[in-house]
Amino acid sequence: MANEASAKVKIREFPIEENPPKNYLNWEKGIKSWIFTKDHKRIGIMYLGAITTFFFVGGMLAILLRLELWEPAQTFMSADTYNHIFTMHGIIMVFLFIIPSIPAALGNFFLPMMIGAKDVAFPRLNLLSLWIYAFGALFALYSVAYGGVDTGWTFYTPYSTETTSAVISMTLGAFIIGFSSILTGLNFIVTLHKMRSPGLTWGRLPLFCWAMYATAIIQVLATPVLAITLLLLIMERLLGIGIFDPALGGDPVLYQHFFWFYSHPAVYIMIVPAFGVISELIATFSKKTIFGYWAIALSSLAIAFLGFLVWGHHMFVSGQSELSAVVFSFLTFLIGIPTGIKIFNWVATLYRGSISLKAPMLYALAFLFQFTIGGITGIMVGALSVDVHLHDTYYIVAHFHYVMMGGTVFAFLGGLHYWWPKMFGKMYNEYWAKIASGVLFLGFNMTFLPQFLLGSQGMPRRYFNYLEPFQGLHQFSTVGSWVLLVGFLIVAIYLLHSLLRGAKAPSNPWGARTMDWMTPSPPTHHNFDYSPVFKHGAYDFHEPISEFTYGIEGSDEGLHKDHGETDEVDVKQGPEVNDK
Amino acid sequence: METFSEIFLPQRGSTGAADVDTLFHFIHITGFILLAGITIAIIYFCIKYRRKSDDEVTPIITHNANLEITWSVIPLILILIVFSWGFRAYLTLYTPPSDAFEINVTARSWSWEFTYPEGGSSLGELYVPANRPVKLIMRSEDVIHSFAVPDYRVKMDVIPNRYTTLWFEANEPGTSQVFCTEYCGTGHSAMLAEVIALDEEEWEEWLETGLEVDEDMPLAELGEQTYTGASCNACHSVDGTPSVGPTFQGLYGTEREFEDGTTATADENYLRESILDPQARITAGYPPVMPTLAGSLSEREIEGLIEYIKELE
Repeated sequence: MANEASAKVKIREFPIEENPPKNYLNWEKGIKSWIFTKDHKRIGIMYLGAITTFFFVGGMLAILLRLELWEPAQTFMSADTYNHIFTMHGIIMVFLFIIPSIPAALGNFFLPMMIGAKDVAFPRLNLLSLWIYAFGALFALYSVAYGGVDTGWTFYTPYSTETTSAVISMTLGAFIIGFSSILTGLNFIVTLHKMRSPGLTWGRLPLFCWAMYATAIIQVLATPVLAITLLLLIMERLLGIGIFDPALGGDPVLYQHFFWFYSHPAVYIMIVPAFGVISELIATFSKKTIFGYWAIALSSLAIAFLGFLVWGHHMFVSGQSELSAVVFSFLTFLIGIPTGIKIFNWVATLYRGSISLKAPMLYALAFLFQFTIGGITGIMVGALSVDVHLHDTYYIVAHFHYVMMGGTVFAFLGGLHYWWPKMFGKMYNEYWAKIASGVLFLGFNMTFLPQFLLGSQGMPRRYFNYLEPFQGLHQFSTVGSWVLLVGFLIVAIYLLHSLLRGAKAPSNPWGARTMDWMTPSPPTHHNFDYSPVFKHGAYDFHEPISEFTYGIEGSDEGLHKDHGETDEVDVKQGPEVNDK
Repeated sequence: METFSEIFLPQRGSTGAADVDTLFHFIHITGFILLAGITIAIIYFCIKYRRKSDDEVTPIITHNANLEITWSVIPLILILIVFSWGFRAYLTLYTPPSDAFEINVTARSWSWEFTYPEGGSSLGELYVPANRPVKLIMRSEDVIHSFAVPDYRVKMDVIPNRYTTLWFEANEPGTSQVFCTEYCGTGHSAMLAEVIALDEEEWEEWLETGLEVDEDMPLAELGEQTYTGASCNACHSVDGTPSVGPTFQGLYGTEREFEDGTTATADENYLRESILDPQARITAGYPPVMPTLAGSLSEREIEGLIEYIKELE
């Protein structure tokens, strides 16, 4: 935005080639071409493989937990095993799946394409962040093999300083993975500032990119605090320096402040990218200009900012002062406003749209329903007096699963289906995809709706054993988890089938208007064989698709033979046109 | 309204519960109306504006200031109501009246001990007067625990390095469940207790005699009561299930093997030592985590426990 100088650029239309023989997947072959790739698309795909694997592991652990809760006391595993498993479920889902899920997999792949760039700003850093992630994950695996961890994913002191489990290696793992997150965030910020193609003003930027931008800011600013906290914890355990353990002169509540100072913003690292995906899905499948573009874009930034100021709402009964509890409660409620604005804007976008209920859209609509429940119950637990009753009960468990799973995971699934044809050049079975989305919707709500009731009735979380009256609701929830499992199996089967035998995907199956679709499916090695030029905004559905395939005349270096129309435009946009 | 409330919330055992419940229902009902409105709008739009042909052109509606102000201001008003409501009730919840009856609470993994100003203490059972404010002054001997009574809508973390307090006024005589709600390890879900609210007469009587053990109760029965009251059940099963500590089933008379390689027969003297000085000899394969019960149990309760263990064959 700094550079408002306008320059005349000669542009012409570059018609999209359908399914060219060479694409990023077969550009180079062999394992080395993947391990050392600097291609953001391949890095995105490797992230996708990793997070899917961890999601499967974390999910199976959840199935085991729900099974153990079929009966009070021991059903088939001991209390210690149960504690280890719920801790692993939390750590895997938070650090290895949900934080990298949308940014590192879908963001890596599509953010550069959406802005018409050939890669992220620092491709080597991008590759480094992937391998840092893998290295951190190895530490986590090592911890599981050597005793596991039984502290809960929050590692609260002094329990985490006193327990005999493998806390040091596990927190080291989380510490290392944090750097991967920081590098990804840094890369995205620079990419969005410096790599946008001519014509792509901030006001034309797809909302997915805005969401990534807000997320990246949180990643860069908040993650170091987690790193410091975990390092202090490791020092306390290893060297006996008293920081959090009162036996050594420390303060355990200090740990909670440090931990949530990262982990509350981290909640927004998990959900804000989902907002971005939903904006794309709602606009494309309604074929309509998004309602309140700036409201959605800026509310992401507002949430990112306010997210830093509310960590204390995890600590209303921790013994912090009443005054700070009141301040934190007030700031927490403020976040409700930009969040509500987003939901209303998405619903308003549907008005007078041309709505196509394809599978990705079904996930987006399920997101709207479930995330609204997650948001409203968030207001509930932000209310001081009510939170005292609900704190650390299943109500909290249900609330954050409605946000994290009903919200982020459903948005991730929506995004995965939406971009699947672009990533792999194959279509999936639409019929089964719709069935699966219905099964997942049913299974999710069956699993977690009863948990609100359990919680408000007083059932504490992280309980291996429970009192008889809670059994009915626990069993209902467990049955729900089986429905969820069936849903995910269906998804896995038809996506695998699509990879192996799917029909070839056209370049733009959904009629989207963002730049990521203005290239073949799957994309070529450098995304575009020319330098794209943006003539319109991301949601100008009233313009024909051919209006979105312009590039700088001659920038294809003779790769293309068929010429389209030529034109001349004023380019009023920061990044200069120096990209050959 | 009462039955509606019972679906969601446990019985109202304290004077502060009603206000919390009303706010809880207010948010739920308002939230439900909002959710219903959004859901109906989505379904209606999806049917009315479903795509009929791929060439459809949609109108360009970028924003609408009035609409956007409306849906920002109305939620803002609602959350201000909810905030101030919750804030006022929270201050009441954490401001004990000056005439409150004070009881000390000690939490340790994984049991609750209550010490009364008149002297004496009880394990796993907190006796309080009904219709009179009670203030708990709490501390933990090890990790963080949290004292929660859903019937009273109260909860407070119990921390090792300082006292935290909590108060409530039971509105009628009765028994309510106490949970530990801050994860504290293996026995977390067994770290339970009960609050027993007594009417004035019973309370006076309890203050005089209650701290003494009922002399008429058969020893084994007293032992069984102590087994749950002192939270032995958090770590020791009576049906052979392995847990943190050895099961009590068939324990008596067996040959015990210890960490240092020595052995001994589990007789009365060994059981007594294990209760009063648990770290003296650690059974092989189990962690040395048991706290001593010296001073927490009466002589008769210790004898009761031993008798109870002897009967579990």
